[in-house]
Amino acid sequence: MIDTARPIAHFLGFIALLRRSDFAVAPEQTIAWLAAIELLGPQEIGDIRRAARATLAPPPERFAEFDALFDAHFLGSIVPGLEGEPSEEEPLKVAEDSSVGPEPIFGEEIRESGAKAATAERLSARRFGPGGEGEKLRLFSRALPARMPKRRGYRWRSARGGAGTDARRMFRDAMRHAGEIVSLRHRQRRLRQRRVVVLIDVSGSMKERTQAHLAFAHALVRAADSVEVFTIGTRLTRITRPLRLRNREQALASASLLVADWDGGTRIGDALNAFLAVPRFSALARGAALVVLSDGLERGDPTAMADAVARFARLCWRIIWLTPLAADPAFEARTAGLVAARPYLDRLADGSSIDSICANVLAMANEKAA
Amino acid sequence: MAVRHTIVGIGSPRELEEALRAAYYLADEELSTAAYLALALGKPLLLEGAPGVGKTEAAKAIAGVLGRTLLRLQCYEGIDASAALYEWNFPRQMLALRRQSEGAGGNVDIYSDEFLIERPMLACLRRPQETVLLIDEIDRSDHEFEAFLLEFLSDFQISIPERGAIRAYERPVVILTSNRTRELHEALRRRCVYHWIEYPTPEREMRIIMIRASGVSERAARAVVAAVGRLRREPLAKHPGIAEAVEWAEAATLLNEQGARWPDAFRRSLGVVLKDEDDLVHIAPRIDAILAEAQA
Repeated sequence: MIDTARPIAHFLGFIALLRRSDFAVAPEQTIAWLAAIELLGPQEIGDIRRAARATLAPPPERFAEFDALFDAHFLGSIVPGLEGEPSEEEPLKVAEDSSVGPEPIFGEEIRESGAKAATAERLSARRFGPGGEGEKLRLFSRALPARMPKRRGYRWRSARGGAGTDARRMFRDAMRHAGEIVSLRHRQRRLRQRRVVVLIDVSGSMKERTQAHLAFAHALVRAADSVEVFTIGTRLTRITRPLRLRNREQALASASLLVADWDGGTRIGDALNAFLAVPRFSALARGAALVVLSDGLERGDPTAMADAVARFARLCWRIIWLTPLAADPAFEARTAGLVAARPYLDRLADGSSIDSICANVLAMANEKAA
Repeated sequence: MAVRHTIVGIGSPRELEEALRAAYYLADEELSTAAYLALALGKPLLLEGAPGVGKTEAAKAIAGVLGRTLLRLQCYEGIDASAALYEWNFPRQMLALRRQSEGAGGNVDIYSDEFLIERPMLACLRRPQETVLLIDEIDRSDHEFEAFLLEFLSDFQISIPERGAIRAYERPVVILTSNRTRELHEALRRRCVYHWIEYPTPEREMRIIMIRASGVSERAARAVVAAVGRLRREPLAKHPGIAEAVEWAEAATLLNEQGARWPDAFRRSLGVVLKDEDDLVHIAPRIDAILAEAQA
């Protein structure tokens, strides 16, 4: 079938182009698309486009980009900035602690994607001394497990009482007693802790607080079942693994070695978008409680930040944004980025001290959505 | 991949569009293509869009066109297998056992069909040729239910511990809808044929009002479409959907027949379109201008 091989290669070329542009296309979707094209005739280019949209399922906010790529590939129109250049000219770096392998190796070279560093980026290592808020954090760790936000699991477990009777179990018991129901059995949904994702702003404007924030994150990681911690600044760094170490000084020291953008500028919107662009990371945010420790002073484009927060709002269970500026009772969101993001936040509150951060996180579970 | 080219005589998107129109549903080319592909490829159809753009209506119309019963599974937070799949009829099982132990009858199999209460997903598996399964507002369910759906939608098979696996003998027609209050899992989107339903263009919305509403004049319909389009650009808590537009046209026509003048009839029936106090307050200072502009 030499005749069909060439057009198929052309179609597969489009799939490759989509993947280069960060669209997720699964093989089964490719097969469905090819089957759909065959099914439709196709009589015109519109058939192929509609089939592509239906089977390849681009997300609605990227329809325009998808169409532009389609035109570029099939109609040969040139789209500036799209072909060959998948994202912005200056992609934000994503660094990650080594997440494969059983034993973490700290201080190893950081895996990075992206081309060149931001010019304003100031890479520097920072040392941590022992924190003076140990007692508060200890109390926080103790109070946390009972007050973590919970979600209902899918599975049932037997319970002492409650509204739900476990008919299945009762019936099975009855079989053993000649069809006689001997006792009432109850069941309830198993509760599980929600994952908490913490984003810590490590830019220059948050300089004095990052140590306290990391100490807080360490206490949280140690006390809760499932926590992920990232730092945001001019780049995004995952520091969950080092924070799992028991000893706080050691954990903080290893974490700070991973973070390469201490006290640089802030590109919150870009950092959040970089987070969302990694499927594995955005899967972590799904249904999670998101805690952002940042003053929201965005140097980049405020609309990028608002869009990213809106996407987080659709992924996450709750978003609480703790800013040190809110220690002032007259505080309200004034910076362009924070004003635009405000509607998507479930709470914008004081993050000036360990005390207030702990209190806000502990209060999260009992809170209704805004 | 098992492809069927024609389903109940429908062999192309255009034919499906016509059939849907006969069922009083005006689908655009994109929707009819996606729906046709879903039927032909035997994949679930995932419809996403703002509330009130006609996702559930589309499912009803497709079921109508196919001449099948629509089984609707409304999702909610905490939905579980006994609401979606099946449940044993315990009281009946108990009675049957009692009767048997009192010597009334022979051997009863208490795990036979007569003791099984079918829920929509099981019903759809057992009678794929007679049913269309609508899984409505899936974004309201939990992540676990979504994961469970994933399994169901790829194999069209479920297992009942007492009975073993039950498998559909042909791929059933499944339609999922989501308001996109949260992002669905990538794996779920991947298994489906996807369509994002937009608000209709003014001309199409007008045709929808004309075929859906009774006794609405063309002029009134045009004014409603213009005003509703304007309202959708306002920052409201709830934007008016198509159903609201149809109702508004009907309500205003009714008031007009009873003697209310035109802009006034629209203003007095505004509660049909905007059902949120904050929205009404927000729009109040400008409603006259919007109506005047719409009627021009």
